[in-house]
Amino acid sequence: MENRVVSAKELKAAKAKLQQGVVLSMRGISKSFPGTKALNDVDFTLRKGEIHALMGENGAGKSTLIKVLTGVYPKDEGQIFVDGVEGEAHIHSPQDAQNLGISTVYQEINLCPNLTVAENMFIGRTKNIRVHWRENEKKATEILNSLGIPAQANQELSRCSLAVQQMVAIARAVDMQCKVLILDEPTSSLDEKEVQMLFGLMRDLKNRGVGIIFVTHFLEQVYEVSDRITVLRNGELVGEFPISDLPQVELVARMMGKDLNDLADLEEIGQKKTAGEKVIYNAEKLSSAESKPFDFQIHEGEVNGFTGLLGSGRSESVRAIFGADRVTGGKVEVNGKKVNIAKPHDAMKAGIGYLPEDRKRDGIIADLSVRENIILALQVMKGFFHPMSRKEAESFADEYIKALKIKTASQDTPVGSLSGGNQQKVILARWLLNHPNYLILDEPTRGIDVGTKLEIQKLVLKLAAEENMSITFISSEIEEMLRTCSRLIVMRDRNIVGELTGDDLNQSSVMKTIAGGGQ
Amino acid sequence: MTVKAPEINARRHQPMSNTKLLMLIAIGIFVVMYAAAMLLIGKRFLNLQEIFNLLNNNAYLIILGCALTIVMIGGGIDISVGGVVCLTAMSVAKFLQTSGIEGVPGVLLSMLLALGIGLLFGLEQGFLVSYLGIQPFIVTLAGMFLSRGITTMISSENVPIKHEAFLEMKKVAIQIPGVFKLEIGAAFALIILLLMYLLLRHHKLGRSIYALGGNQQSALMLGINVKRSRFLSYVISSVLAALAGYVFIMHASSGKTSIGLRSEMDAIASAIIGGTLLTGGVGNVFGTFFGVMILSTIQEIMAASKVQESYWQEIASGAMLALFILMQSVVLSRRGKKFVLPSWMKMSKRQ
Repeated sequence: MENRVVSAKELKAAKAKLQQGVVLSMRGISKSFPGTKALNDVDFTLRKGEIHALMGENGAGKSTLIKVLTGVYPKDEGQIFVDGVEGEAHIHSPQDAQNLGISTVYQEINLCPNLTVAENMFIGRTKNIRVHWRENEKKATEILNSLGIPAQANQELSRCSLAVQQMVAIARAVDMQCKVLILDEPTSSLDEKEVQMLFGLMRDLKNRGVGIIFVTHFLEQVYEVSDRITVLRNGELVGEFPISDLPQVELVARMMGKDLNDLADLEEIGQKKTAGEKVIYNAEKLSSAESKPFDFQIHEGEVNGFTGLLGSGRSESVRAIFGADRVTGGKVEVNGKKVNIAKPHDAMKAGIGYLPEDRKRDGIIADLSVRENIILALQVMKGFFHPMSRKEAESFADEYIKALKIKTASQDTPVGSLSGGNQQKVILARWLLNHPNYLILDEPTRGIDVGTKLEIQKLVLKLAAEENMSITFISSEIEEMLRTCSRLIVMRDRNIVGELTGDDLNQSSVMKTIAGGGQ
Repeated sequence: MTVKAPEINARRHQPMSNTKLLMLIAIGIFVVMYAAAMLLIGKRFLNLQEIFNLLNNNAYLIILGCALTIVMIGGGIDISVGGVVCLTAMSVAKFLQTSGIEGVPGVLLSMLLALGIGLLFGLEQGFLVSYLGIQPFIVTLAGMFLSRGITTMISSENVPIKHEAFLEMKKVAIQIPGVFKLEIGAAFALIILLLMYLLLRHHKLGRSIYALGGNQQSALMLGINVKRSRFLSYVISSVLAALAGYVFIMHASSGKTSIGLRSEMDAIASAIIGGTLLTGGVGNVFGTFFGVMILSTIQEIMAASKVQESYWQEIASGAMLALFILMQSVVLSRRGKKFVLPSWMKMSKRQ
């Protein structure tokens, strides 16, 4: 086979200098943080005009590698070679990286929303004291046109969609003659159409000879645009693979360091439990400021899910259940008793827990410690006049850190410094500690690694089976919901358009119901 | 890299920026208010000179407004400006009265003194806020106490200026007798206004200050020297405050400890009325100018309608301020709705 798999050893053996067509070569990169070896002897090669996916679970060392490359972290060992530089390249700051033609577009777009598109492309780059508006706008228009970016140069950036903002950031990088473009989770807040727009731009840049490093959690997207994949695991290089040599399942297995058989594991552990008879929660014509009236009920020990396209109203529905948006009408019964849920506190008193979709905004309090975040909801329920003793709090925190395998240095670590998956577990622990009868999980697996995703899915099934908890599980990945839910509620345009159970729980009937009208 | 032939793409009409919209609202309000005053109160407001009186009497406030606008666009605040005005005015008065340097040299030296005071305060506050990262509110609160304290130390009594060259300069004015008269201080304030507009709109530093107020982290990543830009914004603010103090003393020609009391609040209010957001990144000195005019028109209207009690002035100003802010936020939020599709029509949730 021509496209053979290149192992770490072989790459190492290759001479430590740039070959034809290579724009970036990192050799034997190591980086330690107190207590952990984040990168151990990692090699990475980027060729001219390729889209190279950098894959790995959270904590595999992807971001560390990127940060070493962009000069955010100094490396402990290893060498970096960049096209156009004699010998080793020395990168000590993001500015150095930029000067060498290495540009990064981050997930949170680093542009100023109150400035125009053109200003965002040119500000901070010239020594000119005077700002030449017309000239800048003309130049920006040329670049935007040549890249096919649908933005006006004199438009305020905040008026562009997130996708366009991201593309403007890319345009800036391109205009700075970047040879290496790093896209760090660029698609996580884009919808399908915007993703396609971005991919179009990426392919265009690739044809112009820019080397693109693509970091993402979305496996399908990797296969859609990438030419090559480098897989990291636990700070070590697993290998570099041409895309055609690495089927998706195998990629997942390599990222997790597991055999394919382990994945099948889930089917077994994931015995779905049949729901109990008792209705835990029942709502009639419930509506909120953000959602249309709907009926909904869930039984004891049942796992159900809301599905539908992004924006179909699934999150809005569960937010109405939890009282997170202003409730405008409807009757609600919990355990057969009529209750009035107008705000989250009411829902908590009724035994309902809610893990919000946007954990940064609604969920974690980044500066508080793991322990404080975990006991937060319970403390609220007890009331602030009945503070929990330190000992109690510590033992609760300990219990759940162990039970959920939260990776944290200690209970006192600020939650903000944990990885995404572990932050999610902390919030989960917070709600579990409250022992809710009914738990709503809104996108609990978004933006976290495959391993943790599986853990959370298993946990959902376990809670339903062992603790008789009723759970509503929402995920953008239909497979996940099919695996965990015994009943799926399908939404379209803010209306419930169908309910699937039993044999109907498969991809094609979900798609059909979403698309509508039995086609 | 091949660049395709540039498509001819004229500046297509864009919806107005928030900065401009808020400024237009302020201008509109000023025009309506002034027209109402003309109709209801008549006489006084029909006279062209009335507008110039507003300028002459509030020249120093226009400069202070510019100072606050710049700092607020950068996402900061400076409440020391009133104190700096007072300290400058008092120091200049005391210097002119006691130094014994007569004539033009005395006046020039007094100007240098004012600049020096402004620079000193600016450097100190800018350094503390920008390089040591201390809250601007606290730093400038300290500056306010400090400047007021030093003022009283210089003199707790009134210091009237009898310096001849100074009094001569004070009389200079642009005028057509009987039609209008613009005092030198007001003319100077208008020049400052224009300069600050140019700085904010066409100078690298000005744009950096906008960027910094829009999103500090991004500004840093875009290669802007965030610390220096913020530092300079405070230096400019204090220097402008000192110049405002000089303009004030030219108008009043007597140093007092009560000068500029509450003027920092008036300046902040003017900036806000003119469309500068406290959150930073949005604003414009011309808007602030109309903010000053609106506030002073309210006072004139109150005075003209023979309301004796001064508290009515404050109540009216307060009510108007609250009203403007309410209107601004309503306009801004409605505007958001107008141009953006309802969220359920979009594929993506995060907009």
